[in-house]
Amino acid sequence: MSEENDGKKFMFVNRRAPYGTIYAQESLEVVLIAAALEQDVSLLFIDDGVFQLTKGQNTEGVGMKNFSPAYAALGDYDVSKLYVEKESLEERGLTLDDLQHLTWEDEDDDWAEKDSIRLISRDEVKKLIEEQDVLLSF
Amino acid sequence: MSIEVNGKTYETDEEGYLANLNDWTPEVGAAMAAADDCELTDAHWEVINFLREYYEEYQIAPAVRVLTKAIGKKLGKDKGNSKYLYQLFPYGPAKQACKYAGLPKPTGCV
Repeated sequence: MSEENDGKKFMFVNRRAPYGTIYAQESLEVVLIAAALEQDVSLLFIDDGVFQLTKGQNTEGVGMKNFSPAYAALGDYDVSKLYVEKESLEERGLTLDDLQHLTWEDEDDDWAEKDSIRLISRDEVKKLIEEQDVLLSF
Repeated sequence: MSIEVNGKTYETDEEGYLANLNDWTPEVGAAMAAADDCELTDAHWEVINFLREYYEEYQIAPAVRVLTKAIGKKLGKDKGNSKYLYQLFPYGPAKQACKYAGLPKPTGCV
């Protein structure tokens, strides 16, 4: 759907840890709103933002709602582009296996289940950012 | 605002959505519907229960487009369409059904 949309390309840049501040949760909220309005939405996770996608989050000790299950709903919202910067992961000792396995179903390919998370390099991040019409940084 | 069910008072927001998710019981849902002159049938409950399960899994109340698609996948195409869902919930399937399900108003709903 997003490919047919000739509206603007929105990218949400997430660069902070999921808890401690409200940025990550607010970003996800705005992503869901933009997606509900059928905009072309992608997400970029760099720096500590990569922690937002880690699996097995438990917020009992921090007194904030564990909103991480909502990332798995993004596929339902036709949000299928979650870019994760490889270097940010590596610098934090993380690999793809530490992140949730997020998927979307491709309507144009007989609803085949495909991975939403795409690992990209720092150089590719630069290119990707240049392609966007609207950048929202959280 | 608040709603009273069987002598117990439950806090709601200004639009009638339950303030505390854990307050919800089917009786509270039915009372909210009755206040809107809506009698809940099995067909209504099917959608309400679906929404509660969706929230349990993803921690969000889905937007109407997402709800319609997901219902179609789980309960069949004859139910996963706007016509069917609007017949049950004329004020907007996601908005109205979420309210009776004790969930927050769906994200992206105005």
